[in-house]
Amino acid sequence: MSTDAIAIPNVQIEPRPWIQVLHDWVTTVDHKRIGILYVLYALFFLVIGGIEAIFIRIQLMYPHNDFVSPQVFNRLFTLHGTTMIFFVAMPILFGFANYLVPIMIGARDMAFPRLNAFSFWLSAFGGLLLYFSLLGGNGLYGAGNAPDVAWWAYAPLTARAFSPGHSSDYWTLSVLVSGFGSIGTAINIIATILSMRCPGMKLTRMPLMAWLSLVMGGMVLITITPLSAAQIMLLIDRYLGGHFFDTQAGGSAYLWMHFFWIFGHPEVYILIIPSFAFMSEIVPVFSRKPIFGYPVMVGATICIAFVSMSVWAHHMFTVGMNSYANSFFAITSMCVGIPTGIKIFNWIGTMWGGKIQFKVAMLFCIGFLFQFLIAGLTGIMLAAAPFDWQLSLSYFVVAHFHYVIVGGILFALFGAFYYWYPKVTGRMLSETLGKWHFWLFVIGFHACFDTMHFPGLLGMPRRIYTYEPGRGWDTMNLIVSIGAFIQGIAVLIFVWNLIRSYWKGKVAGNDPWDAWTLEWSTSSPPPAYNFATIPVVASRRPLWDLKHPEDPDSRYE
Amino acid sequence: MSAAATSLTEIPGAWTLPYRGKVAMACLIIAESAIFTIFVVAYLFYLGKSLTGPTPSEVLETPIFFTVCLLSSSLTVHFAGRSLERNNRGAFLGLWSLTIILGGLFLFGTGREWHRLIYEHRLTISTNLFGTTYYSLVGLHAFHVTVGLIMLLTVLIFGLVGRVGSDQFRRIDVLALYWHFVDAVWVVVFTVVYIVGR
Repeated sequence: MSTDAIAIPNVQIEPRPWIQVLHDWVTTVDHKRIGILYVLYALFFLVIGGIEAIFIRIQLMYPHNDFVSPQVFNRLFTLHGTTMIFFVAMPILFGFANYLVPIMIGARDMAFPRLNAFSFWLSAFGGLLLYFSLLGGNGLYGAGNAPDVAWWAYAPLTARAFSPGHSSDYWTLSVLVSGFGSIGTAINIIATILSMRCPGMKLTRMPLMAWLSLVMGGMVLITITPLSAAQIMLLIDRYLGGHFFDTQAGGSAYLWMHFFWIFGHPEVYILIIPSFAFMSEIVPVFSRKPIFGYPVMVGATICIAFVSMSVWAHHMFTVGMNSYANSFFAITSMCVGIPTGIKIFNWIGTMWGGKIQFKVAMLFCIGFLFQFLIAGLTGIMLAAAPFDWQLSLSYFVVAHFHYVIVGGILFALFGAFYYWYPKVTGRMLSETLGKWHFWLFVIGFHACFDTMHFPGLLGMPRRIYTYEPGRGWDTMNLIVSIGAFIQGIAVLIFVWNLIRSYWKGKVAGNDPWDAWTLEWSTSSPPPAYNFATIPVVASRRPLWDLKHPEDPDSRYE
Repeated sequence: MSAAATSLTEIPGAWTLPYRGKVAMACLIIAESAIFTIFVVAYLFYLGKSLTGPTPSEVLETPIFFTVCLLSSSLTVHFAGRSLERNNRGAFLGLWSLTIILGGLFLFGTGREWHRLIYEHRLTISTNLFGTTYYSLVGLHAFHVTVGLIMLLTVLIFGLVGRVGSDQFRRIDVLALYWHFVDAVWVVVFTVVYIVGR
């Protein structure tokens, strides 16, 4: 195949000094390298955010535990939430999109390579700002502290009077800066998909990964920006004496909630849509069938994107809205279940009658199917306003959204790691270690988050640093914590697998899974230019056409 | 793969995709619109909620002349682009400079109004809710005008040293798109602040 790397004979590649290698990585504008940087950066923060979660769970393991102080506990859950959403989930998904989308649509790079690098470094700088607050939170005169206003930072907690020092400023700035980075990347992804496709790659032939990245990019444009605007208002309040969220001067704490959740809820969909994309790429390959209902998948995704923009106030049922608002947001929230259900049925339809190969990537996708379904069901429970009045701000809600983010997004991400690692590094991840990782993580996940629903139902509020014994929460909290540790061990196995397989893994070759999208037509890892000659495609599965010239897809599409 | 895969299909003759610059600018405009929407919502939400004066009806004066300046600069920037497309560089530079002058006049108008409000009416960003929302919304717009002017000036400098030719009219159009957006936002801000808000 002419898309292989051009072989240059008899050239001795000398090992380059590390400083030059580092310089290459820092100044790179190659979409693949930037994608890898995004993912590594996110993995680094995943470990930090995970350690914070473990600390939280140690503190809550027993009633009246004093592993950390109440103040430190507040900082821990604020940092954990902010880190996991803004500096793990967002960059890791952007990293995958950055790496895969241009190759999948047959392009040599993103539309704006330098904007791409700029956006990455903005996001990276945002993460550093958040953690710099540990040193600089009190300015020059104190030992420093971290933000403790929780990840949604409700007013008036962020007002000068209640949040002296600079910890809230570092939080605001880090979220603002990484938000600008996200907008830059979203613009880049959209421009790449609309303007850089290879000949024949019509919109109706794009891999679903590209389609869903397009929708995700569009959502970033209109939902990250309200948060940026609200952060600018908060900065005006804190630095210029403005009154946006200052109730003493007629300002409204309520408006911040709206602005935050106009961002906050669609954000969940920004994170889950790329996970849907991974599912839609991995499930067909390991079921040995093309995706079931391609146009419906695209339509359902766009539908989810639209509906998800009008559900935000279901986070605010307990604030006291009128009954019309309550009904509206309850109904729209439940409506999201319809297109999501369509997608779940389509993945099942893809697997139905297929020759399913239970590789680790596929195991994680099957886990996703079950867990995401349960997460969606508790979501519909919480969308019913009267139910939400009882359980809002309880551990039931915490269990619900961790079910979405860990059981859904993280499982799909792990699947994506096992699926595309051979392409990125040229080596296979170990299946044995992968199975250990999968089963330990499944056991830990269910011990942790299934159990967590019940203290919530029994009335345990979120964000408390400790609790009284004898309320029926003790044993459950212990089980939740043990589950968290098991997940921690599973993640360590995963990280070990990533490191070990880079040197010791089986050599992958171009196309280890016998897959159908363009990234598998080039070498592993792909050369800087991706394709020696720009490919021409005639169907949704160009590599199928290539491998089966007697029965190409293009004949039926 | 070209050998095998292309034998299966006709190579699409005219494979044209939208210009990436225009797509990106359209995306940026969508994103910016969302930011402005939030500020407009805040302005409308807080109308009449200030606990102390001054109020909009007491102090605001409708800046008709400067509005006309800004809106007509949309026309000049459009025709500047068309002149460049026809390779009429003289007309391009003239219309481009006129755009900058009109935009600059608008910015001067905003500055003059702020000066009047601050020194005559003692209205600053921290005086009351009206001050906070007014300076934020109008200031956000003025910031965008300023950024636009810097970019227009950069192009003018390159144009004066003869580096802008007809082959670049597509890029110039991307910048013009941004400038149209800045003007369109002013129509919204003007309506909200000077018509609805009083």
